Amino acid sequence: MQRFAALIDRLIYTRSRNAKLHALATYLRETPDPDRGWALAALTDSLDFPAVKSSTIRNLAGTRIDPDLFRLSRHHVGDTAETVALIWPGSEGVEPEDQRLSTVVDALAATTRTTAPDAVADLLHRMDVDSRYAMLKLALGGMRIGLSARLAKTAFAQAFDVSVDAVEEYWHALEPPYTELFAWAADGGPAPDLSAIPFFRPFMLSHPFEGESLDLTEYAAEWKWDGIRVQIARIAGETRLYSRGGDEISKAFPDVVAAFDVDGVVDGELMVRGEAQGADVAGGGAASFNALQKRLGRKTVSKKMLQEAPAFIRLYDLLVDGGTDRRELPWDQRRGHLEDFVPRLTADRFDLSQVIDVPDFEALAELRASSRDAAIEGVMLKRRDSPYLSGRKVGHWYKWKRDPLTADCVMMYAQRGNGRRASFYSDYTFGCWSDEGQLLPVGKAYSGFTDAELKMLDRFVRQNTLNRFGPVREVAKTLVLEVAFDSIHDSKRHKSGLAMRFPRIHRIRQDKPPEEADRVATLKAMVP
Amino acid sequence: MANSKHWIEPHPQGIYVRPADVWIDPSGAQPRAVVTHGHADHARGGHGQVWATRETLAIMGLRYGTDAGTALRYGETMEEGGVTFSLHSAGHVLGSAQILMEYQGERVVVTGDYKRRPDPTCAPFELVPCDIFITEATFGLPVFTHPPIAGEIGKLFDRLEAEPERCVLVGAYALGKAQRVIAELRAAGWDEPVYLHGALEKMCRLYEDLGVDLGMLRSVADTPKEEMAGKIVLCPPSALTDRWSRRLPNPVTAMASGWMRVRGRARQRNVELPLIISDHADWNELTSTIADLSPRETWITHGSEDGLLRWCELTQRKARALAMVGRGEEDDG
Repeated sequence: MQRFAALIDRLIYTRSRNAKLHALATYLRETPDPDRGWALAALTDSLDFPAVKSSTIRNLAGTRIDPDLFRLSRHHVGDTAETVALIWPGSEGVEPEDQRLSTVVDALAATTRTTAPDAVADLLHRMDVDSRYAMLKLALGGMRIGLSARLAKTAFAQAFDVSVDAVEEYWHALEPPYTELFAWAADGGPAPDLSAIPFFRPFMLSHPFEGESLDLTEYAAEWKWDGIRVQIARIAGETRLYSRGGDEISKAFPDVVAAFDVDGVVDGELMVRGEAQGADVAGGGAASFNALQKRLGRKTVSKKMLQEAPAFIRLYDLLVDGGTDRRELPWDQRRGHLEDFVPRLTADRFDLSQVIDVPDFEALAELRASSRDAAIEGVMLKRRDSPYLSGRKVGHWYKWKRDPLTADCVMMYAQRGNGRRASFYSDYTFGCWSDEGQLLPVGKAYSGFTDAELKMLDRFVRQNTLNRFGPVREVAKTLVLEVAFDSIHDSKRHKSGLAMRFPRIHRIRQDKPPEEADRVATLKAMVP
Repeated sequence: MANSKHWIEPHPQGIYVRPADVWIDPSGAQPRAVVTHGHADHARGGHGQVWATRETLAIMGLRYGTDAGTALRYGETMEEGGVTFSLHSAGHVLGSAQILMEYQGERVVVTGDYKRRPDPTCAPFELVPCDIFITEATFGLPVFTHPPIAGEIGKLFDRLEAEPERCVLVGAYALGKAQRVIAELRAAGWDEPVYLHGALEKMCRLYEDLGVDLGMLRSVADTPKEEMAGKIVLCPPSALTDRWSRRLPNPVTAMASGWMRVRGRARQRNVELPLIISDHADWNELTSTIADLSPRETWITHGSEDGLLRWCELTQRKARALAMVGRGEEDDG
């Protein structure tokens, strides 16, 4: 348990991705089964102990500690589990035990609502402070330590020198503590049997299109819809919905999951129904990304939300048809199978992303330039003879995003970055002019500049600071930044009532006086 | 509270001892002041007459250029307006003192800041029996228990060993914490030079002048980057993520403070390696000191006074919180 606790703390305090990978990979290599599997499950939020609730822990604290002292402490610490871990009265002279993680998991799993308080108290009693914290976090679920499933898989692949793609596939096939996965990766055991499991297949990804032209007899064109890329898989009566990173998001979209009742695996764009945006081109009926955002990242979803923002998937590709893997087939054959597959699905939850029908590339370029629809990010170009390949392989798929919009904004605030950028002011909030001549924030960006430009921006912030608010500095409103962004929407996030999608610093316009920066009204006119 | 009839009057700007016309740790300049220790939230420049330990006066001299002052040894007494004053070691930083005052048969102790753990850079805390105990409460919540320092120093060594191509940069307050960390490193057998940010150099030199051996110290400014790989560097907390740190070989940012007990605090400061090392009494020290002394009344000056007050209530001790301003600002744990 102490090793696990040390790992948790290392992951909490380290901001560097590489250091996290290294810490986790080392732990996975050096820890025996089944402990390492339980740890992996805990870190990726795949463990659930329904008998242990946040209230169990709070009530337990109430029996050992004065409620007022607990309340004051909780207020100071800001986290119930951590407060209990710190405050739990250690037994004088009793050396804390270092129980195995699997012993702790077994103890927690064996609890019922009635036995949970005593079981947790018993565990707390035997542990040192850091282990108490790790155990409570484990018991309550939701570690929230900034470790994505993707990062965990990469660390796993790194630990045993196996391919991430294979890890991706097998991962979903297995239940914690993933003993077969470790047997395969660490000890050269047989690959796990996946035949009855709707597991995740790695996505085929695209490169940005930077060429002049393509032959549309070789490449098919599709709209690039502005939702989130998902994969939905069904086999043996079980359906799972996966995000691009391979995280299962079925719980956030029960409407879509329940409606997918044909065996197979398809790739598409998840969106919510909206006011007929995208109606002028094929498909129609999707809302902007902003509307979808309200439904992302939820563990449960209310009836009201299901009604107000019904989700659907616009299908791009078919990977598995019934029980047959179609990934080896060229795109045009898969497309044929997909067109046969879609009519078998519930029409208002699943539709087909149309192939753009244009005579030649010039016509496509023209169409792309004229589309300013909120639900469209640009155009996809897919080679007609490409199989469905995992990852981002050159020459097969291209994304040809709409040209970004740009606006000249004035830097208003700056904040320090993280990790390598901890000593730099690298996150900038910028604004445009209101009709009253006031500068209102319209967005925040932390990319798009070179290292040399970052140094220059950092120097500007330090030399032009007006006020400090903790990590944030307010700067003199003199520097114009040309900001590029994919689209702009109404939003309550900023005072201006606008929010940009994918804003980045395009150019530093030291030549431009701040008065000549854009007006909020100009940006409002860009809202689709 | 200002119109309390007691001969000791707590005011937001300090504690006033009426019969002696003396202020204790006043936050603004006063004609007559007794100062517990050199941290800026207790010692200010510009007083008329000052009483303090020799070390505290030297620290004030370094910081404010004030050399006037009357030095008192621990245990030495002086009398002003019928009040007998004496200073007693507080174990907080070099020269830190509790102030015992006796007037018409009543004994009052003001702790300033204190701790009861051993510290190689200053004299140990002395338990001074009293009727009224005026205590700090920086860590006056039961979540704050400081682990033994050896384990924290061990964490630092472990990290150096794990990543020998990096240096460990420890944020430590210039007065007290920095010297204690160095002395504890020496006690644990670290005999490599310790590298210092410019803002720590003077105080370390003063400690050495006052007889605290810190071993070999070097200035970061005079050292090539590569030399500091695998070494320990100290800076004030404010410099941890400052541009200054770019001259170091990929530093692991560490911070030595009692606040590092709480994960959120460490993360807020972007600290990778939190070291729970404090110059203040933790919860157990605060409560056991009150229990050991069993004063008639406990007055609480600054920190988490609500927590300590509640403990006094639960253990049926008479206590009150004084509203003091600006305390706990400099050394911050």
